[in-house]
Amino acid sequence: MTPSHTPTPTSALQLTDSGRLRHFLTIEGLPRTVLEQILDTAESFASLGGPAVKKVPLLRGKTIVNLFFEASTRTRTTFELAAKRLSADVLNLNVGAAATVKGETLLDTLRNLEAMHTDMFVVRHADSGAAHFIARHAAPHVRVINAGDGRHAHPTQAMLDMFTIRREKGDFGRLCVAIVGDILHSRVARSQIQALRTLGAGCIRVVAPRTLLPAEVASLGVEAHVDLDEGLRDADVVIMLRLQRERMSGAFLPSEHEYFQQFGLTEARLRRARPDVIVMHPGPINRGVEIDSRVADGGRSVILRQVTYGIAVRMAVMSLALGPDAPGGAA
Amino acid sequence: MKWHLRGGRVLDPEAGLDARADLWIAEGRIVAVGSPPADFTPDRTLSLDGLLVLPGLVDLSARLREPGLEHKATIASELPAAAGGGITTLVCPPDTLPVVDSPAQIEHIQRNAAAVAGPRVEVLAALTPGLRGEGLSEMAALRAAGCIGLSNGLRPLANTLILRRALEYADTVGLAVHLHPTDPHLSAGGCAHEGAVATRLGLPGIPPAAETAALAQILALVEQTGARVHLCRLSTERGVRLVAQARRDGLPVTADVAMHQLLLTEADLEGFDTHCHVLPPLRTERDRRALVEAVATGEIQAICSDHQPHDADAKNAPFPQTEPGASALDTLLALGLQLAARGELELDTVVARLTTGPARVLGIERGTLQVGHPADLCVVDLHRVWTVAPETLRSQGKNTPFLGRRMQGAVVHTWVDGRLVHSLETGD
Repeated sequence: MTPSHTPTPTSALQLTDSGRLRHFLTIEGLPRTVLEQILDTAESFASLGGPAVKKVPLLRGKTIVNLFFEASTRTRTTFELAAKRLSADVLNLNVGAAATVKGETLLDTLRNLEAMHTDMFVVRHADSGAAHFIARHAAPHVRVINAGDGRHAHPTQAMLDMFTIRREKGDFGRLCVAIVGDILHSRVARSQIQALRTLGAGCIRVVAPRTLLPAEVASLGVEAHVDLDEGLRDADVVIMLRLQRERMSGAFLPSEHEYFQQFGLTEARLRRARPDVIVMHPGPINRGVEIDSRVADGGRSVILRQVTYGIAVRMAVMSLALGPDAPGGAA
Repeated sequence: MKWHLRGGRVLDPEAGLDARADLWIAEGRIVAVGSPPADFTPDRTLSLDGLLVLPGLVDLSARLREPGLEHKATIASELPAAAGGGITTLVCPPDTLPVVDSPAQIEHIQRNAAAVAGPRVEVLAALTPGLRGEGLSEMAALRAAGCIGLSNGLRPLANTLILRRALEYADTVGLAVHLHPTDPHLSAGGCAHEGAVATRLGLPGIPPAAETAALAQILALVEQTGARVHLCRLSTERGVRLVAQARRDGLPVTADVAMHQLLLTEADLEGFDTHCHVLPPLRTERDRRALVEAVATGEIQAICSDHQPHDADAKNAPFPQTEPGASALDTLLALGLQLAARGELELDTVVARLTTGPARVLGIERGTLQVGHPADLCVVDLHRVWTVAPETLRSQGKNTPFLGRRMQGAVVHTWVDGRLVHSLETGD
């Protein structure tokens, strides 16, 4: 139960001594080769037997616990499907946030689940750093996948977005990617930016009112824009972020109406981007708030394909961290 | 007991003394420095060849967690830790459970402290009942019970009218007010400096304006009321500039900084090290340099430990959920010596900000070894090397960002009012 004295650097925590994926907590610090390995592995799953990914026995006998301290439908479901298609046993645990306000409870939860011979935790938590915390305290053989921690990271979402971009656009080097919306509170945006940088994207822009841009945003390696038309100019990829309703009460924005007027993606505004632009969204979408229905359902949208690819990408991450070739994961 | 301390290097910034000299102690006071007093027969003589003799440290903020938070620390656990760190006077803030807002609480702390060999304990009493910020404490009664000043702990007053009245009333009873310059709205929900590191780690930020906005408000009220205010734990370059300007304008304000702010920055949060969760947050290298510079020039008069011992569970959670604060009594002096060894500050400056500086903030006749003063002093072996680890920390709180770090310099003996309260060597 005693915490280690000095926290292990993130890169040392995520990779084994031989440079293989141990935990998947954040994109930050991972080499390009590891990200490409995830994408290539996902490609092999996605192309298995047409539209429906067939079941493979890679994780037979392994127990995976979906440990969700924060509500989620899409992410939890795709993790569950991914685990089942890898033939793992899956346990879904939706732990109310109220039951775990104290760290000791979180540690206790962890110990109890470990005692059931869990091999992997897929964790979602409202606090930044929660997945790191669990990875640092988990037993050595246990793997941890971050399914979203606070505002910090959502690396599997970012990888499925990268997978989508690579499938639709090919090489990252030529691409201009605009991420539009609530960057300040978005773990998705942070992970996307790090993944795009690691994969060598030509230009990364973030577009938001200043109230929704984090401090020193340029330090993330992005161009910041407060004008949507400028931010969209000649973009190859536009990623819209979900706007939470509570941003109105927190005085981040005057109203949903004004937000849509200033930052909502409409067909007219999308014409600023390149003609072959693709429009992405991590979901769930707020029609008429950040995106017009005609764009969300239109020919440039790849939003539903993202969801499909999510399963293959999560299969890739789980199998790389826990599969037969993974250290400690030998069948 | 009468002492003759022989052959040490005596460093007393207030006296302008840094030389090999003997010291003689009797009846709790320094009776001679350099040349022996007439008709003096010591009960004990200590040879201090090669050792450094300093005035005892005066720590402007150390939480003892008693009453009410004994699972974190107790007076009995923390006073020996302070003595072991060369501290001979420490000031404890009122944010215990219950809050120190009545004479009975002050008496309780003083009684328990008197039962432990260690530093003198000075109490800051609550500026407002329960620290709720809604009205005035019975300040005259608190003063009569022996408090040295008033504070609202880490709970800034949101209402400027109540703050104004509190300053005026405190001035009426002749008590200084120690205030943390933190705007409650700008800092709400934050746990890290609002900058590049918090942005990358997704940690809710506290902007420098949380400090400067509060400082501007406090300084305006000091100008209005003329009340004596001590500003606690500066963390920003801009804050340092505001306070320096206010002092040049003649306002009766002083300021301190926590030792960890002189050594650590936001970069130390990397990997979500919860031991670096402190308030105000660790800021940028530029801020750190400005704080060190202000300590050098005397714009910041005191360095304190800002000791906040915690139980293990308090730090064993995702970063934003952990309790802020670091255990710091054991490392205060050693870290100061490190700043001097690195050449960031002169040794006599470090010693001055740990002794005579805070003593003047409090208005007590301590922090110097001049003849006639209370015999509060410590002896330091600058060559003794130790590593910060749970087993080497005397404090019950093991929550320090410096775990695993190598320290050079340890306190060998500490006297409070002429009484030996800490010694690494038994017999002589």
